[in-house]
This record gives sequence, C-alpha cells and structure tokens, in this order.
Amino acid sequence: MRPFTKHTGLAAPLDLANVDTDMIIPKQFLKSIKRTGFGKNLFDELRYEDEGQPDQECTGRPLREDFVLNLPSYKDSSVLLARQNFGCGSSREHAPWALDDYGFRSIIAPSFADIFYNNCFKNGLLPIVLAAEEVDQLFVEVTAQEGAQITIDLENQKVTSPTGAEFSFEVDSFRKHCLLNGLDDIGLTLQQEDSIRSYEEKRMNEAPWLFLSREK
Amino acid sequence: MSGKTLYDKLWDSHLVQQRDDGSALIYIDLQLLHEVTSPQAFEGLRMANRKPWRVSSSLATPDHNVPTTKKERISGVDGIEDPVSKIQVTTLDDNCDEFGITEFTMKDIRQGIVHVVGPEQGATLPGMTVVCGDSHTSTHGAFGALAHGIGTSEVEHVLATQCLVQKKSRNMLVRVDGELSPWVSAKDVVLAIIGKIGTAGGTGYAIEFGGTGIQSLSMEGRMTVCNMAIEAGARVGLIAVDDTTVEYVKGRPYAPKGEHWDMAVEAWKDLVSDDDAQFDEVVVLKSEEIKPQVTWGTSPEMVIAIDQPIPRAEDQEDPVKKEGYARAWKYMGLEGKTTLADVTLDRVFIGSCTNSRIEDLRIAAEVVKGRQVASTLKQAIVVPGSGLVKAQAEKEGLHEIFEAAGLEWREPGCSMCLAMNADKLGAGEHCASTSNRNFEGRQGFGGRTHLVSPAMAAAAAIAGHFVDVNDLVKH
Ligand code: SF4
Repeated sequence: MRPFTKHTGLAAPLDLANVDTDMIIPKQFLKSIKRTGFGKNLFDELRYEDEGQPDQECTGRPLREDFVLNLPSYKDSSVLLARQNFGCGSSREHAPWALDDYGFRSIIAPSFADIFYNNCFKNGLLPIVLAAEEVDQLFVEVTAQEGAQITIDLENQKVTSPTGAEFSFEVDSFRKHCLLNGLDDIGLTLQQEDSIRSYEEKRMNEAPWLFLSREK
Repeated sequence: MSGKTLYDKLWDSHLVQQRDDGSALIYIDLQLLHEVTSPQAFEGLRMANRKPWRVSSSLATPDHNVPTTKKERISGVDGIEDPVSKIQVTTLDDNCDEFGITEFTMKDIRQGIVHVVGPEQGATLPGMTVVCGDSHTSTHGAFGALAHGIGTSEVEHVLATQCLVQKKSRNMLVRVDGELSPWVSAKDVVLAIIGKIGTAGGTGYAIEFGGTGIQSLSMEGRMTVCNMAIEAGARVGLIAVDDTTVEYVKGRPYAPKGEHWDMAVEAWKDLVSDDDAQFDEVVVLKSEEIKPQVTWGTSPEMVIAIDQPIPRAEDQEDPVKKEGYARAWKYMGLEGKTTLADVTLDRVFIGSCTNSRIEDLRIAAEVVKGRQVASTLKQAIVVPGSGLVKAQAEKEGLHEIFEAAGLEWREPGCSMCLAMNADKLGAGEHCASTSNRNFEGRQGFGGRTHLVSPAMAAAAAIAGHFVDVNDLVKH
C-alpha cells in the first residue's frame, strides 16, 4: 500500500450531504474483476450527462458543466471536501478505488459512513472527520479563491486551510501507523498466528459445531 | 458492574486480541462470498502466495448479476448474455474450484441471494460471527449472530487470517412495543425506524432490535428488519435468540446434529442481553402507530406512512435537509403531487435480500390473487431469493397466482434491486420495490425507486399507484 505522510493539494468542494456509494461509483462498473481503472467513472452520474458503460472510452462523453470536478479549476484536485454521512450505502470497495484512481488522497467531511471510512484506510486514502464549522470554513475558503490548496499532515494529525488556519483531527493509532508506513494489514495480522491458533483451540472445545466442514 | 448486551457477549466470545488503541482482532466463523466483491480478494491472495486459513468457513454463490429469465438461465453460466457479467460469475466458479471453497453454482437449486441462502441452509447460526462483502450482511443478525458487511480488502483479510480488525461499536436498543396492525409487516417497522432515526442515526452503533413488536415476528420478518440496519447507518443489527430462532434453525442442512445440537441449543440460551445491560442509546416505537410505509425520495429516511402528504423542501428548517429534499423532489419528479397515490407507477419489483423469502411471496400472492395488474404498468416481476424458495413457491402454486394476475415469475438472484443484470428501470420510471435502497440510479439510470413491503408492492401493482393495502383488500 502507498504510504500517506504529508500531502498538499487542490481541494474540490462537493456540497452535497449523504453522498452514497452508488453515486461515487455506479453499479455497472462493479463488474470489473480488477482494482484499477475506476477513476474515469468516479461520480459517473453526477459528472456525465449520459449513462456510462463499462469499458467505454470517456473522453468524448457529454459533461454536466456544473459538477465540481468538471470545472477547470478543480479538475486536478487531490483533496475532496464533502458533507455529512459521506460514503453511505453499499460496502463496495470500488468507491475508494475510484477516488484513489482519480487522484484523490484524502476526503474531509463532518462524518462518514462506517464501512466506507474503514475501506479508505485499506487503500492509502485518508478520511478526515472535522467539526461541521471547520468543514464550513474550508468550503468558504476553497470556493473564495481559485487554486486554493489544503495541507494534510498525518503524523501531526493536522489540516491546514488555504489561509493558514489549522485544525486537528483524530485517527486510530493502529490505522495511522499502517498508513504512515504503507503496511499491509494481512501481513501484520499473520504475525499473530499463535494467538489465532490458540483462540481456535479454545473455541473448538466450547463450540465444536462451529468447526464442522460444510460438505456440498 | 452492569450486565452485558447481546452485542457485548458476541464480541467477547470472538475476541482474539485486544489492541491498545481500541481496535481488536475478531475471529470470523462464517464468510459468505459472491461474484462482485470477491475477485480482487482472491487475486490478492494469489499475488501474495497465500492460502485461505480455514476453507470450511466459507460458502459461495453468485447472485448480484445472474440473469433471472428462464431463457438465459437454462444453460447456466454459458447462458449469460452480458459478457462482463459472465466473466465475473466464471471467475467466482474458478476461484472456488482453485481454493476448494463450497459454492452453489448457477445450476444448483440452492443458488440464490447470499443473505437468503446462508440462513436457509443453516450455515448462519446463532452466536456466530458472519461476514460478507456486502453491506446487507446485517441480515444474519436476526439469528443473534454478529454479522458485518465488509469491503474487498477485508474479504481478503478474512480469507487469509480468519480474523477481522474491528473497533467495538456502541450499543443501541431499538424497542418496538405492542402488536402490529393488520398488513403492517417487518418492512414497515424497519422503514418507520429509519424514518425516525435517519440514515446516519445508527452510525457507530450496533443496533439490537427488541420489544414485543420484534419478538412476535417470524425469523423471516426479523431478517427483513436486520437487513435494513445498514440503511440506518449501523453495520450490525441484532435480535436476541428465542424459541422462534431455535425452531427455524433445527433440521437445516448445515445445522448441528445430535449431541452437537443439544450443546448448541444450551449455549444459545445465553444469546440475549442481560436484564441490567446498559445501552448507550435507546429508541422506542409504538407498533400501533406504525402504518404501511412508502419512501418518496432518494434516501431510505425519506419515508412516510401511506396516508401522509409528501414533505416539502420549503418546510424544512435545516439547510442541508432543505437542499437534500429539493434535490430529491426534482429527481423523483414530484412537482404537482401531494400524496404518493398521485404517482403513476411504471414497474413493480418484488424480491431482494430484504423481501424475497417464502412468507413475502405468500403475502404478495394473497393480495394479487383473483385480481389483475393495472394496465398502465409496464412490468411487474417477482424474483424469489433462492432456488429453494422458488421451488417451495411453485409447490404452493404461488407462481400461478402471480402469472394469472399478470406478474412475471423469475429465476432467483438480486435482479432489479441493483440492476446489475438486465432487469432495470428506464430513466424517469417509477417503481414500487420491496428492496432496500432508493438511491439515485440504484435500479437503473434515472430510475425512481419507492421502497415498500411486499403487500404494499402487490397492492400498488393492482392499483397502478400506491394505495393502502388495507383499502385494496377490503374491496
Ligand atoms: S438483493 Fe440487493 S441489497 Fe441484497 S445482496 Fe443483492 S444487490 Fe445487495
């Protein structure tokens, strides 16, 4: 996984509450068996006028002019400013894959849906929860000035606004450690092999019916 | 010290390791797999040269993009017309073969929607931890099991380590007191709950559903309620184990037998919250106040009882809500309408992991029996949740009742719930759907979904618009 330490980038304001995963990446694109290539269909229904198809070339498709990522000044954003309950809906990891593939490194919102929040960390994407007033201020600053950049410092858990205001945020120490170092979760868990085996042994005595094989 | 909630008990019994920062390694007893969220997980295993930790803990079946017409289904995977869907289903078959995972393939009568199949086979058991790369895994909580929806990286993590890294949620109790009114079902109850607490109301919580209104539900009804816990923001929905649970599990193919059964039943008695357990949040609803529900907007919390007017954006005080309502009104094409009876329907969908079990189909059949689907409707389809549900319904002659009334009888799968197969809404079309999500575009690009119970969907199919099923059956 790509590590996340410090990042400065253009921020795109997506002024919409309850953005669900169907909006982030519509279902027709979930048919892919790969992890990459979803960026061109990120926010497909919000971004394009027509209905997107998997494997379709997107460069000639009609754009919804008013959608934030279609405005020239926000096209190359790498930080997404969002509203409450971002990422609600399905568990599809295609949502963070699409955000990552587009070029986003971090999403800032007053709240996130649980599964989405969790999925971000597995993909080197940093979801940041700030107070509603702080997010409001970022929206104001980012829209006031073209090319406004936000800096995110994971080590110090700090967001710096375009005008230099600083906001601190919370993040679990384990997730932070993994993200800072780009560590693979599975490898780390497998270091606990002995604990898992001894749990299994204990449990097999207490509840043997949970360990029967399910023959076809 | 106060007692434990059911969630606390399930958590404690699966705790492998507690970490300092509050996260923990939790042991997973059952992983259900389907074709959409597993290919990248298997690919990850192969790339890292890893093997599944315990193959017998997994059970797979394709559901999300299998076609539901006889014509396409008759020749199994080869019959799938959409080449991209076909690759995904074939990939699941290949992966299960390669890693030795039990799979009910498209030709197997036990194939169906994972959340219907797991309980039906007795693979889902009380006291288990269950995961699946699908947010409606909360369904299995109806058995007093700790069931989470997870992402693909976590699917891979569970395959490789049998564990999940989790942080414990807080405890919420949603109590439904009293007896439900006629034709008011589990679906109406859960929609009313979501209407009350909102789609983010349960975020960060494990919700236990309790009270007499929940206890009186069948297992299928309880699954409907837990299924939609995620629509209230909670990854986990739970219902305590009682005789209804044990009766349902007894004799299922993968349920424990003989001595194991006796041991299990004894252990399951403890799967209730202690009397003195503390919940961080308690929400109470009165059954008698719950009427048949219909969603009007693009989020499950945008829901009203059938006799209420559609709420207007200009009457909302919260600016975020106001904007959300305005957007939903526009998307749903509600201008000039005051109640949901004013909405002319184009399609009706009875199915999905929320409402495609045999009791759902019986109720829908009861409503349409001897009646005719409105001529203004383009299509009304009934999609059973599994091959076995389909067989049972046919044994009872339900398919004939549906077909005589003008509804199509389909093969099992997710179908129009998320429209990954050929069953979908056209732009601007209104659909009465027994599924669980009414997001923009969920059932097809530009499609307009209204979530309802099977009885309400059936009544809407007959009337061509929403009606209180009580009024329809009186005539
Ligand atoms: S029926 Fe719908 S909600 Fe349920 S698993 Fe299938 S797609 Fe998901």
